[in-house]
Amino acid sequence: MGIEQILAAIPWETIIIQTVNGIVTGMILALIASGLTLIFGIMDVVNFAHGELFMLGAYIGVVVMATSGNFWLALIIATLVVALLGAALQITTLRPLLGRDPLTTILATFGISLVLQNYALWQFGPVARKIQEPFTGYFTLFYLEYPWYRLLIAALSAAIIGAFWLFLKYGKYGIWIRATTQDRVMAQAMGIPVPWVHTGAFAIGAGMAAASGVLFGPLVAAMPAMGVDWILKAFIVVVVGGMGSLGGSIAASIFISLLEAYASIWVSPAQAGIVSFVVLILTLLFRPTGLFVPTPK
Amino acid sequence: MNPDATPMQPLIAVEDVHTYYGKSHILHGVSLHVERGEVVGLLGRNGVGKSTTLKTIMGLVRPSRGKVLFAGNPISGLPAHKLARLGIGYVPEDRRIFRLLTVMENLRTGLDRHGVTEARKQELLDKAFAYFPVLAERRNQAGGTLSGGEQQMLAIARAMMLEPKIILLDEPTEGLMPRMVSQIRQIIDVLQREGVAILLVEQNVPLTLEASERIYIMEKGVVRHHAASSDLQVNDAVIHQYLGV
Repeated sequence: MGIEQILAAIPWETIIIQTVNGIVTGMILALIASGLTLIFGIMDVVNFAHGELFMLGAYIGVVVMATSGNFWLALIIATLVVALLGAALQITTLRPLLGRDPLTTILATFGISLVLQNYALWQFGPVARKIQEPFTGYFTLFYLEYPWYRLLIAALSAAIIGAFWLFLKYGKYGIWIRATTQDRVMAQAMGIPVPWVHTGAFAIGAGMAAASGVLFGPLVAAMPAMGVDWILKAFIVVVVGGMGSLGGSIAASIFISLLEAYASIWVSPAQAGIVSFVVLILTLLFRPTGLFVPTPK
Repeated sequence: MNPDATPMQPLIAVEDVHTYYGKSHILHGVSLHVERGEVVGLLGRNGVGKSTTLKTIMGLVRPSRGKVLFAGNPISGLPAHKLARLGIGYVPEDRRIFRLLTVMENLRTGLDRHGVTEARKQELLDKAFAYFPVLAERRNQAGGTLSGGEQQMLAIARAMMLEPKIILLDEPTEGLMPRMVSQIRQIIDVLQREGVAILLVEQNVPLTLEASERIYIMEKGVVRHHAASSDLQVNDAVIHQYLGV
């Protein structure tokens, strides 16, 4: 069978549907990975608790939804609460470890992730809790009834990432974050309060993880271990995108999610997950500085 | 802390400072001072602790013994960002431009301080661009794309954004071509006319003798010699002894 026959055998409707699916998952992943990249870039901290911040965001969303019934309120409150929690975690556990062996921060964040997971288990139990989506409309995408809400997730994630990018590019504190990321010592010598910039960056990353947790809550369900799958994928994306490169991890999020979506045309979605590992291995073998960053000189 | 409360104190006083990098003892009791508006040269061979002295003043390295005073107030132990806000500008040896930030953004790192009005910011920028027109031309270019000389100018301009009372200038002419060197020389004069004190670390002995009022010569982590620049000549025996030039 020639390549043309293989291509002809795939219904193009399926390709388009999977493209939409890939972009939706890719945007959520990009939102999680942006925070992870920000934190890694500025502090050299590999935040193993990032998935749990995502999970806590979803749970706070569940709680606020249960009391207020307002999805948007849930989104905002979850983001703010987890951002504050992130700031507190950074001040108490990561700030004292700054400049030490990276292993210490890996262990510290891993410890935080275990505590948060078990806290969620104790507080909410092992049962999955669903967040009600803000609207339940569908539109017809070929042979599928496609939920509008999925498109909204992609749009909102893109909007949050876009706002974050504008803040980094033009905001006073955005410039502080970029300067600190590039040269911590010189930033300090220019009067930038580096310890607080670190705390602020961690809070922003945590808030973005929480926001993606709430946005994604209606599609999956809040579970104590829900962060684990995502964090693994987010790590892959951060490495493939070039450690610490924001644009790189966003591009890698979309790229890997699209590949997985296309792969699941042929294989089960669980098996399609292998694609991201293959991309990771190939990247590490042939372009360890990252797929989506300019070749270093 | 009010830096002007004690006008009789030197602007910067380093008193018997000992500094270690890990286990290696770099500064063995350095003492020096810089008065307001004064240009002071710090000479010595490579590795005698000149840069470490500047880093210690800037709070980037903590002295294990001794004191650094700013206008009579002890500052050793304060974080660098507080010292920058007090009015100490730092131009490191390797310039340390934020390479991915544009020229303008590099300058903004020093400008976006609490209590600086927009008008004042514009004034400071205009002044820097008047001294370094090339920076105005390249204001939207990434710092990393500038030439070595342009990066040096940016590093100095960036420190000027802090409206410092003193600038710690570490080998500003290193690796620059002669035309750039004379431009740096002029900038030192301009800064001095504006009342900014400078602690100048240099390998270029003639330039340092010409630009500075007083000279400290370091050897093996201590100050060995201290004199008015007018008392030293380039071919002085003292210079020969400590610098081998």
